[in-house]
Amino acid sequence: MHELIDYIQSYLKSNLTPGAAGNIFWATVYILLVFVGLSIAVIAMNWLERKILAHMQVRLGPMRVGPHGLLQPIADAIKLLLKEDIIPAEADKFVFWIAPFIVVLAAFTVFVVVPFGPTHAITDMNIGILFMLGVSSLSVLGIVTAGWASNSHYPLIGALRSSAQMVSYEVAMGLAVVSVIMMTSLQTGTGTLSMIGIVQAQQTSGEWFIFKFFPLGLIGFFIFAIAMVAETNRAPFDLPEAESELTAGFHTEYSGFRWSLFFLAEYSAMIAVSSIAVTLWLGGWLRPFPNLLHGSTWDLVFSLVPGLTFLFFAAICFFNVVRMPKHPLFKIQTMGLAGFGAVLGLIGLVMFVPGVRDRVGDIFWFAAKVAGFMYLYIWYRGTFPRYRFDQLMKMGWKVLLPMGLALLILTAVVAMRADLWDQLRGVGHP
Amino acid sequence: MVAKFKREYGSGIEALTHLGQNYMVVDRSLIPEILQILHNEEQFDYCVDITAVHYPKREKQFDVVWVLYSFPRNERIRVKTLIADGETLPSSVPIWTTANWLEREVFDMFGIKFDGHPDLKRILLPDGWKGHPLRKDYGILQQDNEWVQINLGIESGQ
Amino acid sequence: MTDPNTLSPLDLDTPDKTFLDSNELVINMGPQHPATHGVLRVILRLDGEKVLGLECVIGYLHRGVEKIAEHRTYTMFNPYVDRMDYVAAVSNGLGYCEAVEKLLSVEAPPRAQYIRVILTELNRIASHQLWLGTHALDIGAITPLFYTFRDREEILKIFEKYCGARLTTHAFRIGGLQYEAYDGFEKEVKNFLTFFAPKIDEYEELLTTNRIWLERTKGVGKISGKDCIALGVTGPVLRASGVQWDIRKAQPYANYKNFDFKIPTGEHGDTYDRYLVRMAEMRQSCRIIEQAVAGIPEGPIMAKVPKVMKPPVGEVYHSIEAPKGELGYFIVSDGSTQPYRIRVRPPSFVNLQALDVMCRGQLVSDVIAVIGTLDIVLGEVDR
Repeated sequence: MHELIDYIQSYLKSNLTPGAAGNIFWATVYILLVFVGLSIAVIAMNWLERKILAHMQVRLGPMRVGPHGLLQPIADAIKLLLKEDIIPAEADKFVFWIAPFIVVLAAFTVFVVVPFGPTHAITDMNIGILFMLGVSSLSVLGIVTAGWASNSHYPLIGALRSSAQMVSYEVAMGLAVVSVIMMTSLQTGTGTLSMIGIVQAQQTSGEWFIFKFFPLGLIGFFIFAIAMVAETNRAPFDLPEAESELTAGFHTEYSGFRWSLFFLAEYSAMIAVSSIAVTLWLGGWLRPFPNLLHGSTWDLVFSLVPGLTFLFFAAICFFNVVRMPKHPLFKIQTMGLAGFGAVLGLIGLVMFVPGVRDRVGDIFWFAAKVAGFMYLYIWYRGTFPRYRFDQLMKMGWKVLLPMGLALLILTAVVAMRADLWDQLRGVGHP
Repeated sequence: MVAKFKREYGSGIEALTHLGQNYMVVDRSLIPEILQILHNEEQFDYCVDITAVHYPKREKQFDVVWVLYSFPRNERIRVKTLIADGETLPSSVPIWTTANWLEREVFDMFGIKFDGHPDLKRILLPDGWKGHPLRKDYGILQQDNEWVQINLGIESGQ
Repeated sequence: MTDPNTLSPLDLDTPDKTFLDSNELVINMGPQHPATHGVLRVILRLDGEKVLGLECVIGYLHRGVEKIAEHRTYTMFNPYVDRMDYVAAVSNGLGYCEAVEKLLSVEAPPRAQYIRVILTELNRIASHQLWLGTHALDIGAITPLFYTFRDREEILKIFEKYCGARLTTHAFRIGGLQYEAYDGFEKEVKNFLTFFAPKIDEYEELLTTNRIWLERTKGVGKISGKDCIALGVTGPVLRASGVQWDIRKAQPYANYKNFDFKIPTGEHGDTYDRYLVRMAEMRQSCRIIEQAVAGIPEGPIMAKVPKVMKPPVGEVYHSIEAPKGELGYFIVSDGSTQPYRIRVRPPSFVNLQALDVMCRGQLVSDVIAVIGTLDIVLGEVDR
């Protein structure tokens, strides 16, 4: 017993991720935490997407289940679980059955290496980014099998579109990633593929890689940002599931729980690629303005932000509690909203406790940056029409790929003579 | 224009005006020639509509009507011919492409056949349907019970 | 461009030559499909995603309107025409009423004519709004739909206040109008115009210069003016192909000759031009309404029409410029209270015929765009 406690505590004192430290207990805890957190994030994302999109489109969105439709995702989940699970008679049953699991597996496994903080990751692999790209591209396998196993025309076309699209955008995506890896080699001379290492390289170089070698970092970021939307099959690149053309694309024949697995996978894939973008270009868990606003005062100010954010959301909740119609019918809703606000406020207050503050700050900044990407996804969907397939391919192969190659070469050239580059910009080399 | 036609074809053509709208009644035998001339020489380049009217008591049961319009002349004309049940008409698809569906509808509704139509089959009603609904002897509540029972699996569609 | 005269009908048995001699795919699109605007069924023959040919199967919504007409009196049939093109019910009613008036040799009084023009043009705007929303939705832009429906609501409110119905209005009667314009009608229409003018700019802001929208619509579903005429295509589709023809100008009906408006035309006859033409048409409709509201005369709203209508023996063809194209009524009277035969020349039906010509050689996504841009209403195609 005593040994067990020692075993648990020994990790807390180390500065490693549980995987790297070989601590199985904490690795399990982290896996559970990530899984639960991701599920909550997907549920929250579902509600937010419907709400934000609705407000962009001059309508209210879900308003009935719970205050402002807050319980809508839960109601949806219950509906999906209770729905009849249909397997088409002509489908290949085993492949049809396994396809959603491949997709979900690929989408969730990626999070093994996502660093939420210097020690907050399930593990730290020295090939982290490779692992991430490799596993996330496995999901195309699930999509193709889903489309093929359905034994129907629309899913088949959707699957074909999806595989072609994902494969071609992965090339551009990979090139952008390689340019970042080159940037990590500046200080150490060897570079790193580890996700944590990449963020630490940004920390030591004093600027996020999006601003590195301006505008090269920015271009790489944009290539990645476009490719990642295509990679996750979201608007305006949502051709595989183009509703008006292919009804629902590769998951046309799926219903109930299997369909919800695809849904879960789509959203967690969105979060996964956003985390890659955040890690590679936006400094991962680092707080904003590390070079301009430094010193212990600023550290304190930024460490208070997480708690303040939660308090702000709690205040919004209470404001709406006051605005709720004073009618017996709304009593439960009002109480629910007040309760929700209280929970948020409590979390916010807990985050002011110094011990928690230090541990939570990293995760908060990481999550906030990913949330920004999630908002972008919704914004795209509300604004853009859908690309046609040939235009999509043209963009992938004729625009992004040459740009990626040029970027790679330029970055290599500039990185070789980084000292000259910095002199040109009038910055002393560290 | 009418005078010229009269001179050439004599009694086969009758030109009339009703409520300010011109139409001519043309003998069945002259139809292919007249339509061709109207399109090629008189610039009636737009076939607005082809339809038919059923008069069961007459010997020649059907009026078939072409409504034509000329863009250059900004003028409408109707060409009408009388045919008996079972008689066919030449298709005007080679003259106006739009006649394709219009003739199919006339066939569907009245059972008038058009020779040389590329794909003469029912358009609004299902392929196996019996009867032509816009004939006067087809009752308003009538339906092809056999088709309904076989294809829809119900006793009656009413 | 494919010449419509050489188009062979779709033959599903003999395969065409395909790229790399691969197998071709026959896809059945509809009758339940989100982008076919109702119950249109399209059989597509594809080589990969390229369309080799397609065939429309229609008739799922066939209600036998023409047969019903033969068993109803002239007055009783009036509401039925609203159910054909249900998004432009007022235009349908106008065409029918004017055709019967022509048969009876009566004319609606000027005040009725003006109110008719106002309502018809409002309906044209509503129809185009619905087209824009659904068309953009088909291409993947989901937001314009809600914008257009929000603004269409204002038009429907005016209809509802005027005659109690929003969609199938039955607004006109043979010989004029049944209802006098309600108090504040002119003011509300004027308010709508000032409300609506900036809204068109809002739609255009979302789409007109949107790069993806341009790529999706430019050069898609091209059809030349000559092909249009050969195929009998009318309305905005014809005008977008560069033929400046509008029945409101060519053979004015109602009192359209009193109003000053332009016929917007396009050059290339592609989906983008059709979009621009319809946007411009909405603006022109606003201009017509503006003039009509300013000039409504006082006077009766109903001509002297017998209670029991027995038009003299004869036949008449009357057509109007409906939002979708030329809407014609061919009415044969045998002197009784019921029409002997009514033939409706539906614009959607004839325009739909061009789908095959416009889609050959394009991609599946373009078929969706072209169906949207043709602006068909299946209630009218199938009648």
